[in-house]
Amino acid sequence: MSNRLRIGVLFSRVRVEEKWIFAALEQRGVDYERLDDRKVFFDLDRPDEWRLYDAILERSISYSSGLNILRVLNAWGIPTVNTARVAEACGDKLATSAALAKYSLPQPRNLVAFSTEAALEAIETIGYPVVIKPTVGSWGRLLAKINDRDAAEAVLEHKSVLGSVQHSIFYIQEFIKKPGRDIRVFVMGDQAITAIYRKAEHWITNTARGGEGEICKINPELEKICLDAAHAVGGGVLAIDILEHPDRGYLINEINHTMEFHTLMPITGVDVAGLMVEYLLKVGRREIEVAL
Amino acid sequence: MKSVICLECDAEIGLDAGVEENEIIVCPDCGVDLEIVSLNPLTVELAPMEEEDWGE
Repeated sequence: MSNRLRIGVLFSRVRVEEKWIFAALEQRGVDYERLDDRKVFFDLDRPDEWRLYDAILERSISYSSGLNILRVLNAWGIPTVNTARVAEACGDKLATSAALAKYSLPQPRNLVAFSTEAALEAIETIGYPVVIKPTVGSWGRLLAKINDRDAAEAVLEHKSVLGSVQHSIFYIQEFIKKPGRDIRVFVMGDQAITAIYRKAEHWITNTARGGEGEICKINPELEKICLDAAHAVGGGVLAIDILEHPDRGYLINEINHTMEFHTLMPITGVDVAGLMVEYLLKVGRREIEVAL
Repeated sequence: MKSVICLECDAEIGLDAGVEENEIIVCPDCGVDLEIVSLNPLTVELAPMEEEDWGE
């Protein structure tokens, strides 16, 4: 490895987050390349060109493209932020739930079934309302709050007929009566860096769906649960979404491995892009070892 | 100010000085997403609005 790092940033689109990341790299005089995931390809017998990278930051919008590229890069021993293992655990809600369950971490009650009949039976073991979510997807898309059996039958039938095979993995979550907000915590390595509340009148509080952000102070309990959650999925640079249950306290809802921060960074004033780049450079210099 | 013509509705869209290749811009008139595919010459293409596995 030369003294001068060679960094890659894998992307699908240049969103404001990527512009901030590119700017942070340029401010530090880093030698980096933009790798468009729609244009790259890999010959599995020829890793040499790719091995010239000391580290690659994965910012693909497409989960399947990002994940599969990480699998190849990590198989070749190229450090990435985040790794394929982390992407596998975060990009699929069932995989996230399983990773959290492995460590007995607090999360909403989640059920999974693989036929409409079994899904209906599962729902009725916990009662209505429930939320059905696609296991892969983001930005609050295709979430369905099911208030009664009629709605459950209709949505399950539509999912099984209209969706891809992925939509026949019925991931069912208890409906949490949260206080009009959830919490997004940005975690890097072993630090919970900053957090915002995402507030909305609607039960879906994603800022991508119109939720508004507000600074959230990180207390020791919130910090611990987030670091535990990060550890459960393999660690790295993560955004952890937390629900507040009126009786059970903090519950880990989702973990994002290619997080957006266009709301969080201006509200908190924390230079998330700069911190992410610093972390990436440490991975490139092997000051942080990522488990491949 | 640089500008491009929306491929969907023909509106003229003004661009910021710092516009980058592969950046997505939104037409203020019709709301369609356009990708800057080249800065020289300035060229845009219609961008997919959302795909199934997109997310964060």
